[in-house]
Amino acid sequence: MTSGGGQLPAAYLRSGSPSFADFLADLAPEMLTARLLQAGVDTSALAPHGTTIVALRGSFGAIMAGDRRATMGNVISQRDIEKVFQADEHSTIGIAGTAGLALELVRLFQVELEHYEKIEGLQLSLDGKANRLSALLRGNLGMAMQGMAVVPMFAGYDLDRERGRIFSYDVTGGRYEEHDYHAVGSGGYFAKGSLKKMYREDMTAEQAVMIALEALYDAADDDSATGGPDIARGIFPVVAVTDISGVRMIDEATLSSYAATIVQARQRRPDGPMVPMEDVR
Amino acid sequence: MSMPFYVAPEQIIKDKADYARKGIARGRSVIVLEYTEGVLFVAENPSRALHKISEIYDRIGFAAVGKYNEFENLRVAGVRLADMRGYSYDRRDVTGRSLANAYAQTLGTVFTEMPKPYEVEIVVAEIGEDSSEDQLYRLMFDGSVADEQGFVAMGGQAESISSALAQEWHTGMSLGDSLKLAVRLLSQFGAEEARTLQPSELEVAVLDRTRPRRTFARINGGRLDALLA
Repeated sequence: MTSGGGQLPAAYLRSGSPSFADFLADLAPEMLTARLLQAGVDTSALAPHGTTIVALRGSFGAIMAGDRRATMGNVISQRDIEKVFQADEHSTIGIAGTAGLALELVRLFQVELEHYEKIEGLQLSLDGKANRLSALLRGNLGMAMQGMAVVPMFAGYDLDRERGRIFSYDVTGGRYEEHDYHAVGSGGYFAKGSLKKMYREDMTAEQAVMIALEALYDAADDDSATGGPDIARGIFPVVAVTDISGVRMIDEATLSSYAATIVQARQRRPDGPMVPMEDVR
Repeated sequence: MSMPFYVAPEQIIKDKADYARKGIARGRSVIVLEYTEGVLFVAENPSRALHKISEIYDRIGFAAVGKYNEFENLRVAGVRLADMRGYSYDRRDVTGRSLANAYAQTLGTVFTEMPKPYEVEIVVAEIGEDSSEDQLYRLMFDGSVADEQGFVAMGGQAESISSALAQEWHTGMSLGDSLKLAVRLLSQFGAEEARTLQPSELEVAVLDRTRPRRTFARINGGRLDALLA
């Protein structure tokens, strides 16, 4: 698998693809995600599932946010799991579905992007990155058929087109560009409904963070597998903002004050911000 | 039936070494030197596309002189080795030492077993938490490794540059000072007559320990002009 102290194996010196996943598939296919074990057996209850991820794009770029809960059936298997990650300098990836496989997919995707960048001396285009994620995801189709699906979401700043963009995926690796906002995971439908009412193109990055947190609150309100802000334990959603200067993770102190604002407002109005009546005509 | 000529093994090795040395001396020089925040790489290289300096991993950089296709091959292998190791174990388990070892074994085998040795010389640099942990491994065409202290010059007029560096380099130099020193020496020894290398003729990069995670960064454009001013 890896060379210890000896010389570089021939495979390392061969000229070939700048893709790390391809290199891995040639050299150590067993390290890629597990394949179909036995057809027709539903194994979905065996491992924790990550839940809701939301993403929005605006004139500033794109943001992605995810709650911190992982569940196994009716049990909360982890309260502080992280499901939103920086993929490279200008993109982020969020994951819902079988947590173990999804986290491994994220790790592989991160290495894939960095590997390409180092070998070729430049970053992949945002579409190139989104397509690579499709290809990696397709490797998990066998597991998805057994109930262990991974559903990622990809968002980033496209340096060529100078705008934030969001891509969603299905278990077969299908890739779909989302125009303004999207949500995936068990609470995704509730979050998306919330985003739909609050989204505006001209929002600032800070407003986008607030809208994302409200959407996650709404998801947690109606979906038992999505965790709300845990003020007692100081556990808040992970939020990543991507703009022309790169990815920045919103720090805990800021999130804590945003969460406090939302929780306070929800004490007055548990259903969250209201659309003004003059807009409903 | 004719008998093959007998050539003494000493002679074969010597011929190969001379051949490799000549190839390496033909190119332009590269200087790698430590400064307070990490390691600085400076190469005289007018090409924007064919790099002599490259990122290998979070804290590991690569510089080479000699034949481009040969060191590019080794560079790619190094990136693969590092990424493979980091992916199978952990990012912290990727070390400059193991990479230098792999290069040394590979170069050594090629030198003894192949009719044509690699005409390359390589530096693998690794930075630690502070400057006392920084490492510069210098790898020769025959696979010999040296653990260099402070600075390395290779290719072209490497010997003259090295002796000048021995005089002028000292620990605790700032990025600007070490860059100016390297550029001055490359300008002075790189050609028949004295000249001043312009930023467009330089390839400059650092391993900067103040950067999070991936410490390798290229320095060009405005930042390079400002540092050289």
